[in-house]
Amino acid sequence: MDDRENSMAVVAEELTKKFGDFTAVDHVSFTIRRGEIFGFLGPNGAGKTTTIRMLLGLLRPTSGKATVLGFDIVRQSEEIKKRIGYMSQRFSLYHDLTVSENLDFYGRIYGVRGKRLEERKAFALEMAGLVGRERELAGNLSGGWKQRLALGAAILHEPEMLFLDEPTAGVDPISRRAFWDLLYRLAKGGTTIFVTTHYMDEAENCHSLAFIHNGRIVAYGSPGSIKETRMKGQVLEIDCSRPEVAIAALREASSQGRLPLLEVSLYGALIHVVAENMEAHKSVISEILQGRGVEVRSMDIIAPSLEDVFISSVKESPPKSGAPTSSHELLEAHGNS
Amino acid sequence: MQQFESIILTENLTKRFGRTLAVAGLNLAVRREEIFGLVGPDGAGKTTTIRMLAAIMNPTKGWARVAGYDTVRQAEEIKRIIGYMPQHFSLYGDLTVMENLTFFADIFDVRGEERRRRIERLLEFARLAEFKNRRAAQLSGGMQKKLALACTLIHRPQILLLDEPTTGVDPVSRREFWDIISELHLAGVTILISTPYMDEAERCSRVGLMFEGQLIVCDEPDNIKGLVTGELIELRPSDVWRAREIAAEMDGVQEVQTYGDLLHIFVDDAAKRMPQVEAGLLAQGIAVEGIRQTRPRMEEAFISLIRRRLAEKPTL
Repeated sequence: MDDRENSMAVVAEELTKKFGDFTAVDHVSFTIRRGEIFGFLGPNGAGKTTTIRMLLGLLRPTSGKATVLGFDIVRQSEEIKKRIGYMSQRFSLYHDLTVSENLDFYGRIYGVRGKRLEERKAFALEMAGLVGRERELAGNLSGGWKQRLALGAAILHEPEMLFLDEPTAGVDPISRRAFWDLLYRLAKGGTTIFVTTHYMDEAENCHSLAFIHNGRIVAYGSPGSIKETRMKGQVLEIDCSRPEVAIAALREASSQGRLPLLEVSLYGALIHVVAENMEAHKSVISEILQGRGVEVRSMDIIAPSLEDVFISSVKESPPKSGAPTSSHELLEAHGNS
Repeated sequence: MQQFESIILTENLTKRFGRTLAVAGLNLAVRREEIFGLVGPDGAGKTTTIRMLAAIMNPTKGWARVAGYDTVRQAEEIKRIIGYMPQHFSLYGDLTVMENLTFFADIFDVRGEERRRRIERLLEFARLAEFKNRRAAQLSGGMQKKLALACTLIHRPQILLLDEPTTGVDPVSRREFWDIISELHLAGVTILISTPYMDEAERCSRVGLMFEGQLIVCDEPDNIKGLVTGELIELRPSDVWRAREIAAEMDGVQEVQTYGDLLHIFVDDAAKRMPQVEAGLLAQGIAVEGIRQTRPRMEEAFISLIRRRLAEKPTL
């Protein structure tokens, strides 16, 4: 009986990375269970990529420790690399190689050969929906297909765990859904998945989440529990004409103290207003909007989305002292280079 | 007449790469001072279209005019009056924010006092003033996008062509980027922008939905959403994946989509079907929260319109 079988997929304890005076990752702790889809969210430059690079053994932590699949990230990174698949922000495919050649190439890197390689390639092609397109140049595939090919390449060696860094950036809504269906199939098959994304609807589909901001974890748990514990106030969704006018009017009323609003922001053509005890403010909100000639089509108190929580977490949490940039645009620092 | 209204106009615009028809006889008219959103599935031809409009790629067939200039014969004139921000905008990572702006000012021959004034205003405008001495490579993704936009604006273009400027940018920074776009729009700049984010498409004056190199729909966001047939029920089931399968088989259900942990069910008659859907899911052991009738958003419209197209073309 292997001890690793019973262990968590990831245990990170007080993981910290400093670059000079700058703390990119600041005492970060979390665990990921095997077979779980774990979403790692945060603004650009919050420390997501730096954390992934430490977990992959590419970057040594300044302090703290972590295990991946039961192996220590500093002392046993070779063991980790054999057992994980990684898909970086820029799918590292060879554009002048065909679909099939790209898979051969990654197969060789991971030591998958002969009959097993053929089987795994067939599986990857089927999963990616690229059967019949084996001879096309990877460079000629559009974004969504490249992404699925890159995922296929990352799972050739049947990794126990996948690290996906913004796998759906720039991918259209239909391809994004198809991609997440694939992730679900993999997770059901027992693969642990660590994924970063800026799409908050995708985050809703994760089993557990961590929000990282300025290098620190500011929320951690299931999507449901994060929404319950992190969200102050209720969300009113307003569907109205001239949303820009409506937003300006509500912000003005809030700054004049007529309404105690915590947040007013635009969601596409809809407005989300956050306040405590929302029911009591609905009539005043209505009045203000009508006064500006805004026609209100509907006004519902809705359950907060993770996007609401994300915005409120990022705006609420002040920049830590010595942080080199504004609160929500902390540089990814030197972690990128 | 249309020439005066449409600051960007194409007719039968076509681009072929070997056997692939990237843009297939596109007829596009962008009005002066509007924000025109170009959306569509990956590979629909959005980037190729924008490149041809930016006069850096010639069409195989057909023509395009930007501010009255022909993109093939008058490419130089076009480059002077447009700002083009490609998906992977080449900032110089080793240069500072300030040096990057100065570099682009040189390219566009903006000099002297005028240059100093414009750079100062752009730094302010893009909220980058306090980072002007930082090297571009050390900016976060969202800030790099804003710097790229600032560089694109140095010669005061009257037309902006932005190819997925917010891809990979977090939700808060995306809102900031759009605040800047709105300011430019109010200042009278015509903006053509492609985006994979449907919430951004909702903020455009008009949206063109591209599919296989052509526009299949081009209208105001409200009208596009109006094209979706049926009424929309939204609910939050305890198991979204199982609920999706079960709901798809119910009477009166036309289409089921997921959005995060929400299920969006298009039905013939929402008032009639809502209790049936709720009871049907409960009978299968699925709890339902927050059930309501709502209006489709761009995200639902996009998926529905593209799926309809795909269903008509079984070869795909």
